[in-house]
Amino acid sequence: MSATRPKVLAISSRGGHWTQLRRLRRAFSDCDVIWASTDAALAREVAPDSFVTVPDASRWDRIKLVWSILCVLWLVLRLRPHAIVSTGAAPGYFALRFGRLVGARTLWLDSFANAEELSLSGRKTSSFADVTLTQWAHLGEPLPESVKCEKDRAYYAGAVL
Amino acid sequence: MIFVTVGTQLPFPRMIRAVALWASNRGRRDLYFQHGGYSGDLNGLANTDFLDAATAAKSLQTASIVVAHAGTGTILSCLERGIPCIIVPRHGALGEHRNDHQIATARKFEGRGGIFVAWSEFDIAPLLDRASELSGGSGIDPYASPELISAIRDFVWEGRSRHE
Repeated sequence: MSATRPKVLAISSRGGHWTQLRRLRRAFSDCDVIWASTDAALAREVAPDSFVTVPDASRWDRIKLVWSILCVLWLVLRLRPHAIVSTGAAPGYFALRFGRLVGARTLWLDSFANAEELSLSGRKTSSFADVTLTQWAHLGEPLPESVKCEKDRAYYAGAVL
Repeated sequence: MIFVTVGTQLPFPRMIRAVALWASNRGRRDLYFQHGGYSGDLNGLANTDFLDAATAAKSLQTASIVVAHAGTGTILSCLERGIPCIIVPRHGALGEHRNDHQIATARKFEGRGGIFVAWSEFDIAPLLDRASELSGGSGIDPYASPELISAIRDFVWEGRSRHE
């Protein structure tokens, strides 16, 4: 284990995705964590950690989506995090995509709400993210401890509650 | 105060209408609706379409009971604060969401202390009538399971070593 603290970008949209993301806070206790979400008022929930606001987007509004993607791209290039963790939705998905440009390791935690199948974003991230996790045991294999995760697979390692 | 919320994304008129009707029948005024855009009549009861995160948290904190769509965010927030929460799952077939995942969520939380499922809009009034008996549970801590925390911590530190 290195003596230098890893720099982690923890990013999600507001609402349920964020509520789940902030419940991971203990995992970042020895890291330089930068939180990012789509509502500036969420900063106080993770204070005194760093918090960055990114514009909201969904795949239904093209112009907003492009603007949001550019902001996420800029954020990732500017921060150059060692690791990126997201619980969804669109901003997290793109952060993971761009994470590869800066050599970041990427983890997608699919929402607890997806109890019957992995989300579309989760299925997509599993093709390029280092780790894709589901919160339901029946939707994933147990996370291997030392072996690398395989592409196009979801793993299970517990849930946000 | 009864806080009625449909979350950050979509309106949910079926739920709002049922709660408003109950309030009108019982002559209750102590409600606050966050409805995501509702064209019906709320009889002048306090309401808004959307709330920023700080105001939403404040409204939740001051509520004696919450009526909500079966969204993970509201459910977790109520469990953390020990506030009783009546959840109403959205139906994909009624155009209330893109699919039926909220029905699955409601099934997973049914029977858990502090969470009460109204499977249809007709179940909302009977639950609200006995709201004073509904207990919010003891409040869960604001962290994910130790297993998940440890898996993500390992992932993050493993990432660091590769950059040395």
